[in-house]
This record gives sequence, C-alpha cells and structure tokens, in this order.
Amino acid sequence: MSTRETQRIDARPPSSGLVIETRGVTKRFGSHVAVDDVDLHVAEGARYGFLGPNGSGKTTMVRMLLGLVYATRGEITVLGATVPNRVADVLPEIGAMVEGPAAYPHLSGRTNLALLDASGPRRGRDGRRRQRVEEVLERVGLAAVDRRPVRTYSLGMRQRLGLAGALLNRPRLLVLDEPTNGLDPHGIREVRDLLIELNAAGTTVFLSSHLLAEIEALCTTVGVVDRGRLVLEDALDAVRGPTGRLVVRTPDPDGAARLLGRAVAERHDHTLVVDAAPGGPSALARHLVEHGVPLDGLAEQRRSLEDVVVALTGPGSDTARAREARA
Amino acid sequence: MIRVELIKLAGRPRTWVAIGLLCLLPAVVAVFLATTRISPPPGQGAAFLSAVLQSGSLYPAAALALVLPIFLPVAVAVVAGDAVAGESSQGTLRYLLVRPVRRTALLGAKLVAIVVFVVVAVLSVAGTSYVVGVSLFGAGDPVAVVRALPEVTGGDDAVAGAGPAGGQQPASAGGQVGGSDASQSGAQPGADTGDSTAVADDQAARERAQSSVSSLSGEALGPADLAARLLGAMGYVVVSMLGVAAIALFLSTVTASSLGATLGALAALITSQVLVSLDAASSVTPYLPTRYWLAWVDFFRDPIFLRDITSGLWLQAGYVVVLMLAAWANFTTKDVTS
Repeated sequence: MSTRETQRIDARPPSSGLVIETRGVTKRFGSHVAVDDVDLHVAEGARYGFLGPNGSGKTTMVRMLLGLVYATRGEITVLGATVPNRVADVLPEIGAMVEGPAAYPHLSGRTNLALLDASGPRRGRDGRRRQRVEEVLERVGLAAVDRRPVRTYSLGMRQRLGLAGALLNRPRLLVLDEPTNGLDPHGIREVRDLLIELNAAGTTVFLSSHLLAEIEALCTTVGVVDRGRLVLEDALDAVRGPTGRLVVRTPDPDGAARLLGRAVAERHDHTLVVDAAPGGPSALARHLVEHGVPLDGLAEQRRSLEDVVVALTGPGSDTARAREARA
Repeated sequence: MIRVELIKLAGRPRTWVAIGLLCLLPAVVAVFLATTRISPPPGQGAAFLSAVLQSGSLYPAAALALVLPIFLPVAVAVVAGDAVAGESSQGTLRYLLVRPVRRTALLGAKLVAIVVFVVVAVLSVAGTSYVVGVSLFGAGDPVAVVRALPEVTGGDDAVAGAGPAGGQQPASAGGQVGGSDASQSGAQPGADTGDSTAVADDQAARERAQSSVSSLSGEALGPADLAARLLGAMGYVVVSMLGVAAIALFLSTVTASSLGATLGALAALITSQVLVSLDAASSVTPYLPTRYWLAWVDFFRDPIFLRDITSGLWLQAGYVVVLMLAAWANFTTKDVTS
C-alpha cells in the first residue's frame, strides 16, 4: 500500500476549488430511485449541511461519495479524484462517519482505534500510532476512557468514538452522516465547537442531517434533498434572506395597527408584521414614535431555514411512501 | 492488513472456544478408551482408534479422524462465514473500506487469517491429543499404525471409488465416539463395498476387518518417520478444509448474515457427503469437496499411498481458485449498504 501513498500526494484539489463535485448522480436500487440526478458543489473550507428528511437519499449519497455504493449514473469527483475508480487515492485525506458509529464490541475503544489506524495505508511506527490514538480520543472527550469493551458504551460514547475514528487521518475533508445522533445537548454543543474549530484550521466539513437546527447552527452552505432530488443548494445567509417585511413589537398594537393601516400583514398579540415602507426600519420607527406609539423592538423579518425547507419539500418520504403504499 | 485480521481473530473469545472444543472431543474419547480398555475392532470406528491402546503416540492421528468429518468443518465454516458478513452486519466493514482498505486486499487478508486459524486448530488438536494419548496409553510401538489400516484394494480407484465410497464417507460422530458401532465400519478407504450398509453381525465385520489387516506387511515406524507422516497428514487436513473455507467465504460476501453463510457452507458439505456415498452419483463423485477428505490416512500406509492425496490437493486447489474468484468478483462490484 506504500505506492498508494505516493499517488495520494499527486491528487491535489481541483482548480475549481470544489472538494466535492457531482454531476447528474443517480442511484437506483431495483425500481426504487434513491438518488435522482443530484449536482452537489462543496467548496473548499465550507461547512456544508446536507439536509433532508429520513429516507430522502442522504445516506446513499454519502456512501456514493466514499465509494461504498456505486452510482447508477453520473460523475463524482472528491478532492480531485473520480469516484469510485480513484477514490482510494484520496480516502486517506477523508474522515468519515456513515450511518452511525460501528466498532468491534468485544474490544476497548482504544484497541478499536488502534486496529482501524493499523488497517489504513499510513503506517507510522507503533509509538506514533499510540500517540495519534490518544490525540483523537482527547479531541472527542474520551481521553479518560478505560479498557471497558465498546459493548458497554453508551450511544453517546460510541458516537464520540466514531468521530475519533474519522479524525485519525487528520482529514482535509470530513464527511459526517448524522454525527450528533444520541448525544445529549452538552455533547452536541461540544461536537459543534469541535467541527467549527477543525473547519477554522482548514478542514472542509460535509455534514448530513435531518435536524434543521443542527445545520442552521453549524453550516455556512446548505443543500436540501427531498425524495432523492436536490431541491436547493445555496449559502445559508442567502437562504435566510430578508422577506421585505419588518417585525414590530409594541405595547400598543391597536394604535400601531390603526396608524399603519393596510401595511400590516400579520398580527400576533404585541407583534405586527409590516410591509416595508420606503426609508426602511429607521423611517418606520420615527413614524411610529412621532405618532405616540411606543416601540419595544423593530427588526427585519428573515426567512427561517425551516420555512424554506418546508415550502420546498413534501412530508418525510418515509411517510409519503407509506401513504402511497396504503393507497 | 493480514496482521490486523489476525489480531481481530485472536481477540475473539469464539476463536479459542472453537479450538478448545476441537481439542476436547478427542480427549473425552481417550478417557473412555483408557478407563474401559475396550477398543473398537481394527478397521472399525474412526481410523486408528483400535491402534491407540498399543501406542499413545498414534493418538494425534486418531484425533484428526475424530474431528475431521464434523467438528473441524463446522469450526472453519463458522469462522469463514463470519469473515465478511460479520463485519458487514456489525457496520465495521464500511469503516474499513473508507480507511481505505482495498476490497481485494481485505478478502485476501481474510483468507489468510482463516488458513492460519485452521493451522492453529489442527496443531492444537494434534498437540493436545499427543499429550493425552501418551499419558493415557503410553508411547508404545507405532508399528500398530500400519497394521491398523486395511489394505488398499483394486476396488479403491477413483472412478470405481463409488463402490467403497461408503468407506470414504466420514462416519457419523456418534459412531466414532462410541467406537464400537459395527455399522460404522468404514472410515478407511479400501473397506469392502458392503461396509456402507449396516452390518448386523458384529462378528462378521470383525472377521472382515481382520482379514484385511492380515494382508498388510508393516514395518515399525521410528519416531522421526511417524512425526513426518503425522505432519503430512496434518498438512493434508488443513488443505482439505480450504474448500469449506472458500465456500463459506464466498457466501459471506453474498449475504450480510454470518449464520446464513455458515449454514450454507455446511449444507454444501452435507450434500457432498451424501452424494459421495451414493452409487448413483458416481459421475460427479470425483469432483465433490469431501471426496478425498479421508485420504490423509494414506500417509500412514507403507509405502505412502499418494494417488488420492494428490487428487485431493488438486481438487481443493480448484475449489479455492474458483470460489475465491467468485467472491472477489462479487465483493468488488457490490454496493456496501450495511
């Protein structure tokens, strides 16, 4: 496998600056189309959130990116290498978690990592290997773990162990499928901070999740998949753009509503959603205050990721399929 | 990768339990023989069992005869059937493949690990049974080994082998453990054709067995000679298991269920053993994986009888090549969705 290592050095990122690029990728399992004509573009250094309901083809896509599942149609390029033919050249630079962690249950977490490390192509001396294992255990908060077999681990610990395995290579690209499954809120925050830290150090993060909040809290770019099709791919800031309305909070909603008349689009208790007038928020604030309507707050209304996703996607494909089956 | 596979195999308690059980069966039989001193008549029961009372140093050979028909292939099928399917159902396969480990390299490493397992198992069985045999029966005079074997008759050539095939058919474990069941007369090649059917009269079987022994001229085997023959037999038994290993490993790449792969391989073996003993299937008999399993006994003939041994080696090589190619073709083009 030492020849692999030299080849790996030649596999530099493409000039386009994309670490993952797919064109028209389709995967059929029998008559079922799991992934349908997907074009992904993941820029170097991005934190890319791959969002979709359960059963929408996220995991199949992730598996195709890693060469585990072969695409029926389409082209995949990861770190400049075509997948699956050349994927082995770049896999040493990729850290991955696919569909939950997995480990040999009768061995300790440390032994599991050591075995995983030893089966990879980068064969350091044993001393350095032990050091590498300790390092990643520390990073994921498992440094204090003892010689208990993985069988006795909680789901959260297994998840951390899986993450540690993904970090063994010091990867340039992290491909993580639902990495915070089974973690408590504290653990989720820790993993998020870790990923942001790694990303700041230059690692591109590709994260798939069905949890909107997770993607919203972590990612800079979002790709939304629904029933195998990519329905949206954009920067998160652009997705959550202003709606052109202002949100007014006031202790006197009746006065404000009377004053603004037909500009009021929605009204909930002390909050009014108002079509933006010329002059923007500052003009509206002056207008209200001059006419004796006190203000508690005034802000631009932005679309939430949730609104966008719900508008773009149907109900979870699992339920949709179940409904079709019933019909 | 081979090193990692060996560590994984050695780290599983199951591996050692299997080897322990393999060693246990001959030890149990030895204890019965030593306490009762009732040995099966020559030519009956598992090969060599009749001779071990005179020479405990033959007991490794008797032990091989005991574990070969069922215990050893079961152990091999369990380990080989679990090789890929176990990783797959455990989820560790995907993490190995993205390390990356090449699929071809993984398959090769698995095969090597299985072979090492078989070698260790056979060595353990031979080693423990030597200790057990010598301590219970004394070292004795190994000449009995040759005397214990029936003659190789003209009826034992490969094609007509369907006739004495009943003798090739490994006797059931029950018959071997009991060691005195007259119907299990033929664990050796060359036993008379009628041996495959139940022989009601114990005395008749005894006479027949004795007549075949009397026609042999056996020279005393020196310790070095015996060790060499034993090593040859052990090597041949290891090779005999490769066909099972290849079948189970191939099935292991097809299904995600270790149990399915193991049982599939065992079903293939049982089918083979049934057909080997069936005269009507004589056209396919020479190609069945268990056909030459018992040819290791020929290492103890004087001179060593090589025809069946050679055929057995070629046959097993054929099974390994064909099935490993099939496993490779299947595994390298397969979607890993577990």
